[in-house]
Amino acid sequence: MLAFVIRRLLQSVLVMLAVAFIAFSLFNFVGDPVSLMLPPEATQQDREEVRKTLGLDQPFYVQFKVFIVNALQGNFGISLRLGRPVSALLAERLPATLELAFAAALIGLFIGIPMGVYTALKRDSWISRVLLTASLIGVSLPNFLIGIFLILIFAVWLGWLPSFGRGDVTQLAFWSTGLLTITGLKALVLPSITLSFYPVTLIMRLVRSEMMEVLRTDYIKFARARGLTNRSVHFGHALRNTLVPVITITGLQLGGVIAFAIVTETVFQWPGMGLLFIQAVQFADIPVMAAYLCLIGFIFVVINLIVDMLYFVVDPRLRVERPGGGGH
Amino acid sequence: MAQSMLVRALDSDVYYSFKRSPLIIVAAAVTLICILGAVLAPILAPHNPFDLASLNLLDAFTAPAWTEAGKARYLLGTDDQGRDVLSTIMYGARMSLLVGFLATMLAMLLGVSLGLIAGYVGGKVDAFIMRIADIQLSFPAILIALLIDGVARVVLPKDQHDTLALYVLVIAIAGSGWVRYARTVRGSTLVERNKEYVQAARVIGRSKIAIMFTHVLPNVLGPVLVLGTLHIGEAIITEATLSFLGVGVPPTQPSLGTLIRIGNDFLFSGEWWITVFPGTALVVLVLAINLLGDWLRDALNPKLR
Repeated sequence: MLAFVIRRLLQSVLVMLAVAFIAFSLFNFVGDPVSLMLPPEATQQDREEVRKTLGLDQPFYVQFKVFIVNALQGNFGISLRLGRPVSALLAERLPATLELAFAAALIGLFIGIPMGVYTALKRDSWISRVLLTASLIGVSLPNFLIGIFLILIFAVWLGWLPSFGRGDVTQLAFWSTGLLTITGLKALVLPSITLSFYPVTLIMRLVRSEMMEVLRTDYIKFARARGLTNRSVHFGHALRNTLVPVITITGLQLGGVIAFAIVTETVFQWPGMGLLFIQAVQFADIPVMAAYLCLIGFIFVVINLIVDMLYFVVDPRLRVERPGGGGH
Repeated sequence: MAQSMLVRALDSDVYYSFKRSPLIIVAAAVTLICILGAVLAPILAPHNPFDLASLNLLDAFTAPAWTEAGKARYLLGTDDQGRDVLSTIMYGARMSLLVGFLATMLAMLLGVSLGLIAGYVGGKVDAFIMRIADIQLSFPAILIALLIDGVARVVLPKDQHDTLALYVLVIAIAGSGWVRYARTVRGSTLVERNKEYVQAARVIGRSKIAIMFTHVLPNVLGPVLVLGTLHIGEAIITEATLSFLGVGVPPTQPSLGTLIRIGNDFLFSGEWWITVFPGTALVVLVLAINLLGDWLRDALNPKLR
């Protein structure tokens, strides 16, 4: 157990270093920080001075170390476009993105799992066929188009729901939440449904195939032979055993959902980190790009780590030491 | 010769399974129509949306022909600059298909080469390439593409953005999609490299590169082509998404994604057709290509017969 945890931790640190290195190169080599900070009429002497204060005359590894130390303290410099510290900008935007992503993941679980169970149990009913075909179409639909069509129907034609922004937000310490007001909740509906489309189809297909696999196993046959009710067999035995991969994939998807929120946030003008990032790409705002990259990298690494640990807890087979340590 | 090949093709299992499935015939027909419409856009399109002289601003925001406010000249209506929506869709599909196709080819080239090298050379090279692949695979493709796109925007001078946008986009999408090919090819290369014909080639003294690319490559290419078919649809979606986000091709040479982005601004003023028709065209195109790819994967997989 301990060896496993340590190995995974080391791997995560390596990945984070790689991500930090990309962000660092972006910061220092791609955009010339000196000319970014000085007016065009600056003299050569000014330039040298700025280079010194920024530590750009130091050898490469020293600069990288300084960058990492700064990053660990949340110091990513000043946004070129907005003229404010990047860390403050990201902290402001983080709650919006996280609320959106979690809402989407919850919808994914609460709609995806029942749909998956239903299509696995009633394989030949026409509802199952419709659901499966719909999920195939769902995968072929670009996410932003789903958003646009939802806006067209529910905001423009029917006028039921707002189509942009977060509504009224309440400030709780450093966290601004839209979950406590009616307008905030209404504003969350369309973006979270849009964002949940992919997780729903994925979880449904996953639960379905896992469930069908489990229903063929001997212990299910044995449970039936013992005369247990269908309900107990399906939910107590079969569903529980399908949940391991579902936990993994949903966990891994959460990172993807946060990243995909870039698109959804643009469609709905949702004031989250994704929108900030897209504007940074459009305006070549390197500090924001670098910081976002590090943050998303960190979220991904942490999620991967937690999912691996969960897997370890849920599936006892992983706890047995493998002889010879083959594979990876 | 040509005739015997035609006979063989008509006699094959793939053609048989093609004939049996009406859905696939429809998908193939739709794909063909889309490609023809896109490639022959300069000939077939009712108007040239980029000929500024033929544009009439008075015609801007004309509704589709079957509505009351519509004009028969513009079947699907016009956009904010008076461009015929049907024509812009045909030209836009041309751009989308071009980028999707080029990006898939480049990703394939990159992935197959790296996979071959990783699988054949092995050792540290293999570990290095596959490590990068693993890391990249844990991030979503759209994020990688956005990142490459963003870096290119910083590096390139501003006045070159529009002319180079197409290439930047192709590289960004390819850079985000090569891993699947590398993994597949590496796997089959590991199997092939120990076979007798490779040993024979090595014994007669052929160079590593020659063995990799003339002997091993043809034997590992099968699954790659199927992956490629499935990748085209995805590449088109990625392109559309990037263009929709405003970091793709410029509005002067729009793709379907750019058209949807333009139309999105007019959603609330009631001009729904400027977005809905390019959007529908995109969905139909991608769905048809994906159905074909899915079918091809199953048809070429002997295990499923």
